Amino acid sequence: MHAMMFFKRMLGAALLLLLAAAPARAALDPAALAGLAGDFQSRMDAIEALGVAGGDDARRVLDALEAGHLGVIGERAVIVDGDRVRDAASGAVLELAAGDVEAITMNNRVRRTLAGARAALALTAPDRAERLAAAITLGDSPNASLLPVFERALASETDEEIRGILLRAAARVNLASADAQIRLRAVQALGESSDPAVRALLEGLLEKRDGNWVEPQSEVRAAADMAIHAIDRRIAVAEGVGTVFSGLSLGSILLLAALGLAITYGVMGVINMAHGELLMVGAYATFLVQGLFRSHLPAYLDWYVAAAIPVAFLSAALVGVAMERLVLRHLYGRPLESLLATWGLSLVLIQAARVIFGPQNLELANPSWMSGGAELAAGVVLPYNRIVIIGFAVFVLVLIWLLMQRTRLGMFVRAVTQNRPMAGCVGVPTARVDTLAFAIGSGVAGLGGLALSQIANVGPAMGTGYIVDAFMVVVLGGVGQLAGAVWAALGLGIFSKFLEGWAGAVIAKILVLVFIIVFIQKRPQGIFALKGRFADS
Amino acid sequence: MNRRNFVKALTLSASIAAIGLPAGAHAADTIKVGILHSLSGTMAISETALKNVALMTIEEINAKGGVMGKKLEPVVVDPASNWPLFAEKARQLVAQDKVAAVFGCWTSVSRKSVNPVFKELNGLLFYPVQYEGEELEKNVFYTGAAPNQQAIPAVEYLMSAEGGGAKRFVLLGTDYVYPRTTNKILRAFLKSKGVADADIMEDYTPFGHADYQTIIANIKKFAAAGKKTAVISTINGDSNVPFYKELGNAGLKATDVPVVAFSVGEEELRGVDTKPLVGHLAAWNYFMSLKNPENAAFVKKYRDWAKKNGVPNVDTVVTNDPMEATYVGIYMWKQAVEKAKSTDTDKVIAALGGQTFKAPSGFTLTMDKTNHHLHKPVYIGEVRADGQFDVVWKTKEPIRAQPWSPFIPGNEGKQGI
Repeated sequence: MHAMMFFKRMLGAALLLLLAAAPARAALDPAALAGLAGDFQSRMDAIEALGVAGGDDARRVLDALEAGHLGVIGERAVIVDGDRVRDAASGAVLELAAGDVEAITMNNRVRRTLAGARAALALTAPDRAERLAAAITLGDSPNASLLPVFERALASETDEEIRGILLRAAARVNLASADAQIRLRAVQALGESSDPAVRALLEGLLEKRDGNWVEPQSEVRAAADMAIHAIDRRIAVAEGVGTVFSGLSLGSILLLAALGLAITYGVMGVINMAHGELLMVGAYATFLVQGLFRSHLPAYLDWYVAAAIPVAFLSAALVGVAMERLVLRHLYGRPLESLLATWGLSLVLIQAARVIFGPQNLELANPSWMSGGAELAAGVVLPYNRIVIIGFAVFVLVLIWLLMQRTRLGMFVRAVTQNRPMAGCVGVPTARVDTLAFAIGSGVAGLGGLALSQIANVGPAMGTGYIVDAFMVVVLGGVGQLAGAVWAALGLGIFSKFLEGWAGAVIAKILVLVFIIVFIQKRPQGIFALKGRFADS
Repeated sequence: MNRRNFVKALTLSASIAAIGLPAGAHAADTIKVGILHSLSGTMAISETALKNVALMTIEEINAKGGVMGKKLEPVVVDPASNWPLFAEKARQLVAQDKVAAVFGCWTSVSRKSVNPVFKELNGLLFYPVQYEGEELEKNVFYTGAAPNQQAIPAVEYLMSAEGGGAKRFVLLGTDYVYPRTTNKILRAFLKSKGVADADIMEDYTPFGHADYQTIIANIKKFAAAGKKTAVISTINGDSNVPFYKELGNAGLKATDVPVVAFSVGEEELRGVDTKPLVGHLAAWNYFMSLKNPENAAFVKKYRDWAKKNGVPNVDTVVTNDPMEATYVGIYMWKQAVEKAKSTDTDKVIAALGGQTFKAPSGFTLTMDKTNHHLHKPVYIGEVRADGQFDVVWKTKEPIRAQPWSPFIPGNEGKQGI
């Protein structure tokens, strides 16, 4: 409650400042900054006071506080500017070491006060993005003292999006107005919103308290009812899109994890229990590329992920070739032995990673262009890293499809899959085709590892978590079919996300497994089955 | 034949020798201590550092002359985040290696799996992590926090004006005994404070869960109902990394919906970009950022040790609460052994009650005389942009643990062993 009161007072003061259009002024009074050294309450009071003072100096101090550069030495508030220390009040450089400065800490209450103060000051900034951010901040928790600020900003604002946010923020305040007409207009304006918080606010109007309606006018209540329905529709659409998106995202991850397996197991018939470790190799290769960029090309660090694509592919493909040449080659046509041998290989690879890189998970940073998300509607955000990974999955899929359908190697692989002796008879070098196909399948697994490194944990045993999912996708899709793997991955992703929203993560996982068991019982060949004379061989 | 007879004779003489000697003296000039932490698997993110700090503390004690003139000899095993393996490894440490004490475990499920072993073999376990309470084993000393030393104060803080005045709560955890029990206690506590069931959302994920999209969308929806909402996270292990990444990407800010975590400290945040997480909270009994001479020395010692021993990513090593609790636990055991003048389990247990130690948390901690828990101060910290915590609230004094929560019916009169 206190927080709200100070927030209001501070914003009221900021408003006075805006109305008075403060002229450029001299340095701040150091006494006004002294409170910043005190407890959280006095810090909030000092921020409030700076809001009253306003002007470029106050903004400079508040910006420094936001950035974490504001500190104190003794009683004096200072700003750390690289290696130099400046006096916060005057901006003059001081003969002090930056290491001696004790940073001013904030808690969430202080941070909220600060955000409000900065937003109120920024509402008239020349930069559109800055105004938009300020409008969103203030629009999230509007109150009566902000109303004149909104109206003043609306008078000069021309941008439609910002106007919309400000209008709805003002409408939220006006819901409490004494004038029924103003309330009616406010309710109608809020019908344009897609924010669940607004819905909760409107619903409050339709309640009865002590036998009386909270909103006395039936006309306003009817409008509120309509507005709630409109918001509900928008929320339902946004939520549906959000769930489908997260399903697609999970599906794209499953697909990237399973696509390599769809080639090695599906097409070549090798039960490769070390497939998960090929994912791990790809992720570790990504980590090494990140390390190289950090030490040699820090300016381009944001693009390490792109540079890691060929590295992840090649390193996993090389490991795959080594596996095929040294072990699997001798076990073709003996699925049980190859199952055991590849399981052994997976243990060897996990332990090798543990010995070389240590048992701890590795830290892989998302590049800045993959951090954050696009807001679809209030409450539904599509994170950029997931969008990028969906795109990447499509890219890998197209690449594989072209390779299998449009190249001579792809034709050989298909020929060997369908009838090995006949392919050999007409001169296809089956042994080399096996190696190359296995290398491609492993390389694709490496790309999957690269994608996983951007959203999941990278550690020696990361592959074991995906091996079951990958086999699930391939078996469900139908062994021997790339298209089947695509449908199975997307289907499983969206299906588990809808289940998860309804039953929680633990139950959803169980239900998905039960579903697959039942499905395989009914249709052992999977969604898509090979047809024709060679289907059984 | 000859060889077999020889082996027989050797075994026989060895067992005679073992009978003839007093217990604990089989290794004449060293005392063995066991370190039982997962160095691989989902919990390695948290537990590896505890193994490191235990080795550092043992080295430090040895450098100062050991315990009762004998050097300590650490026996490190890796139970690999595999709960039944914890019991096997514990049995190996106590029965085969004959360690005088074991320092280990993080998750409550691992502690539950080793408890019967320590009881049966009359071993001694020091458990360094905050936990859900609801147990009191004669053979276990708990140097982490009980719920009233962490969870309850944290929720009280969230409900206070200073903490944002939360009225609606999301209880989010990994699916095992610690989060389930803690949330049971918290639900009862929240009810006693007048929070309705409709204002509490409880959700669990499996160990190692990596896809938090749905849960974060649900939290947003739940928070939009108009009342101030806070999330109480008991997510354990490396799931925290994808959880906080998703939280940052989804734009859920601490000023709107603060997340207070009970199993996330400096170590877990090392793998995360903390800039979008500024202001989210953690409740512990120690933070690396605390300013006092003991802590400065502790942090420096650990950094130096990590550098000397080639710990990976040595430039960014941090200390955290369970590391401090491990450090305190080992020293308290040393003091008790010296007081009892023996490593015999029963004598050491008797000597442990009332031990005090000036800890890096800035207080002199006392081992309670009856309930095997430390009296600990409580700190609530907010995440900084550099992955450290700013203390925003603390208790004035160390507080006594209540292993049996008063919010669970039937616990009256169960305090103490």
